[in-house]
Amino acid sequence: MEELQKKARELLESQAIKVIIGYGKGSSGQARPVFIRKPEAVDKLILDESCVQNLAVYLLKPEVKALAKPGIVAKTPVLRTILQLASENQIKDGELVVLGISPDNKLIEFSDLKAIEDYVSGLSFEYSQADKALLEKLEKMSQAERFRFWQEQFSKCIKCYACRASCPLCYCARCMVECNQPQWIPVAPHQVGNLEWHIVRAMHLAGRCVNCGDCGRACPVGIPVHLLGEKLAEEIFKSFGLRSGAKVQGEYALGAWKLEDKEDFIR
Amino acid sequence: MTEANIYKPYLMRIEKAIDEAPGIKTFRLLFVNEEEGKNFSFKAGQFGEYSVFGQGECTFCIASSPTRKGYIECTFRQAGRVTQALANQEEGEIIGFRGPYGNIFPIESWEKKSLLFIAGGIALPPLRCVIWNALDWRDRFKDITVIYGARTVADLVYKYELEEWSKREDLKLITTVDPGGETPDWKGEIGFVPTVLEKASPSSENTIALVCGPPIMIKLTLPVLAKLGFKPEDTFTTLENRMKCGLGKCGRCNVGKFYVCKDGPVFTLAQLNTLPAEY
Amino acid sequence: MQIEKKILKKGSLGKLFEKISASGRRILAPAQDGENIFFKEVSSPEQVARDYIQTTLSAKSAVFPACEKLFGYKFEGSQVKIEDRDLNFKPTVIFGLRPCDARSFSVMNQVFTWDYQDEFFKKRLENTAIIGLSCSKADQYCFCASVGGGPGDSQGSDILLTQIGSGDYLAEVITEKGKELVSIVPELFEPAEGEDKEKYLASMPKQFELKELSEKLPGLFNNPELWIEQSLRCLGCGACAFVCPACVCFDIQDEAKKEGGIRLRCWDSCGFSLFTLHTSGHNPREAQSQRWRQRVMHKFSYFNDRLGVIGCVGCGRCSRICPADMNLLEHLKAIAEAK
Repeated sequence: MEELQKKARELLESQAIKVIIGYGKGSSGQARPVFIRKPEAVDKLILDESCVQNLAVYLLKPEVKALAKPGIVAKTPVLRTILQLASENQIKDGELVVLGISPDNKLIEFSDLKAIEDYVSGLSFEYSQADKALLEKLEKMSQAERFRFWQEQFSKCIKCYACRASCPLCYCARCMVECNQPQWIPVAPHQVGNLEWHIVRAMHLAGRCVNCGDCGRACPVGIPVHLLGEKLAEEIFKSFGLRSGAKVQGEYALGAWKLEDKEDFIR
Repeated sequence: MTEANIYKPYLMRIEKAIDEAPGIKTFRLLFVNEEEGKNFSFKAGQFGEYSVFGQGECTFCIASSPTRKGYIECTFRQAGRVTQALANQEEGEIIGFRGPYGNIFPIESWEKKSLLFIAGGIALPPLRCVIWNALDWRDRFKDITVIYGARTVADLVYKYELEEWSKREDLKLITTVDPGGETPDWKGEIGFVPTVLEKASPSSENTIALVCGPPIMIKLTLPVLAKLGFKPEDTFTTLENRMKCGLGKCGRCNVGKFYVCKDGPVFTLAQLNTLPAEY
Repeated sequence: MQIEKKILKKGSLGKLFEKISASGRRILAPAQDGENIFFKEVSSPEQVARDYIQTTLSAKSAVFPACEKLFGYKFEGSQVKIEDRDLNFKPTVIFGLRPCDARSFSVMNQVFTWDYQDEFFKKRLENTAIIGLSCSKADQYCFCASVGGGPGDSQGSDILLTQIGSGDYLAEVITEKGKELVSIVPELFEPAEGEDKEKYLASMPKQFELKELSEKLPGLFNNPELWIEQSLRCLGCGACAFVCPACVCFDIQDEAKKEGGIRLRCWDSCGFSLFTLHTSGHNPREAQSQRWRQRVMHKFSYFNDRLGVIGCVGCGRCSRICPADMNLLEHLKAIAEAK
């Protein structure tokens, strides 16, 4: 933590960046996003197990972009998000300073995005025990049972879009659900409207979602929406051998067609 | 429901559809239920929620005068989902209408005063209802002046009525188009509305000014009016804002402590100056 | 009506629920759902959640559902037929509603019955009785006392229960509706002997002066830095508005099939950028900071000026579920103390 604060102070004092996007002390033992602009304020930065929110979501927010060149505290999920955003041309080298945090909380400085790619390629990545257990349970269900599970979960959905808002990869200036010519997805939180929203979102993120789990954490009514992302990530890997958040110039599985793509879904 | 469902619209049949200008249409609407039509009344300044069933609702003022019974008129520009759907409706088809909502131009308190109407482009319809209302009650008012401009000749709305008004002795009409918007046979003024207003220099004595237009026009017109001596309490406008229910419940049109659908859409300049700049 | 004090023995809850259900009323009560607590239809007190501070979602959907059909329509040749709704709602008892939530019904009522009468809301409210439950505990997110309420506040409840030392409940019968409920099973409500509920209530000191806040707000409208700073971490979702018991802004949508369709209304939030977006592309509240300002000013200034009530009951739900930890109470305190 001291390492991070020291580096943050250096960067702000030298004006290499104008703002540090990091974690600070929040309510009731949580961490919360902080935007440090003054070098004296770097002691507000904390680093511990409560720091889980994917801060990369703020990189593309207009209000934060207006604060000019940022530095961002980046644990593994944030690093992978930055790579994914880079491969989608949303961020470029030189636009930000990445203060990487290793799994054992050490500060890593990256000279450029490629350095992040090299570093991440050496990390292993696993879903949480709870998620693995639930995914296994779902896998064992019949299709009808699985559908019933999700219908039940989606019946709680109130269409607050916290899942979308917390996701760094949902950065569309005009989300599909906000289009009314035509109204692709019903606005109302009923069975059809909820199912369509979650399916469309999952599909739009397939091959892009970095499985940070923020959507599931953000959901106020406890729907494990992040599981859809996890399942689809596995499907994409099985069918195309690709994982998101791995390369600066990554491939988007659903946006490219190759001769060797299997077509065994045609029966 | 035995009590009124405030969200239920009247059924209206499109009696006449007129192409006013590129992308701008006027509908004359008759009540499908004649009894409802007979009992319906409104006052100048009020608006309604017009809907195409299956597409949604849209907010426009009632552009016809309350003195003309049995029908209402609205004029709109094709801009989004509902207006496009409305524009595709043909004469004889049925649309929905909820209203009348909102506050009114206090036209009855303007007896013995002169009236100055200043409008730009698609913003003539909200004032048109007042103009015809005043013309139908002509002897209550002194002078009536209308200054109306659009970008080009083609963009002028109610061309047939402008023709009529220009021939009337009891109304002074000045029409203008933006420089470059004139046609070879254009006989009106050429210049932006605020400029034409300044040139015409109407008297502010005992006169009510009604202004309606795109934000840029309003911004440049108000200083001219002030220069001519018009007081903020005697300058009226009608605001447009995102609305849905029209009843002060859905919250969309809330600006400061006002709801544009209940405390407006008619506001005096004095009131407007107290509103936070969020409209 | 003079408040009547009774004792409801803790063992009587089962019989109470039974008799209420038998009278044709449904009972909504907080029920555990994994880590969350929602209001669900229950038949016995065993299904009611215990030992919690506050539910995840409010009970407002009992009178203002997330999705409500306004009317149906059918195309018949060149005609359109409107199918109005028959508003027959099953009588409902909401059991275990916290005093803050009970107060929120009168806040919602102000919107739905000022001038135009919203029958959807009114009929539901008429058919709803509230058995409130005082709070013996609170957490750092609660601030009911700062907005005119309290952990044992009786406003909005038809009967207010306070659990006393013996485990039984002191039942204050507050309204005629409450009296009616008691009359279903009068034998369960015994006379109370000078019980004082105060000592069983959670400690809830005032965290800020509401008057100070309301007076400061209009002057702070033109202080963009304040609103930008407070809302930098806001993600612009609608979670706070949707869990809030006092938020009632809504959207109206048509859902069409070829032969007909429906017009419905559903929850909406001033926090969404789409809320004030004009078709022309102009958006009076383009920045999240402007939308945050609207949220605070509407609840604590405009609403009061226009309709005479504060649009917040201090339940703390918004802060508990905010994915970015916005914490309304913190922001309000900062505003009340701002120069």
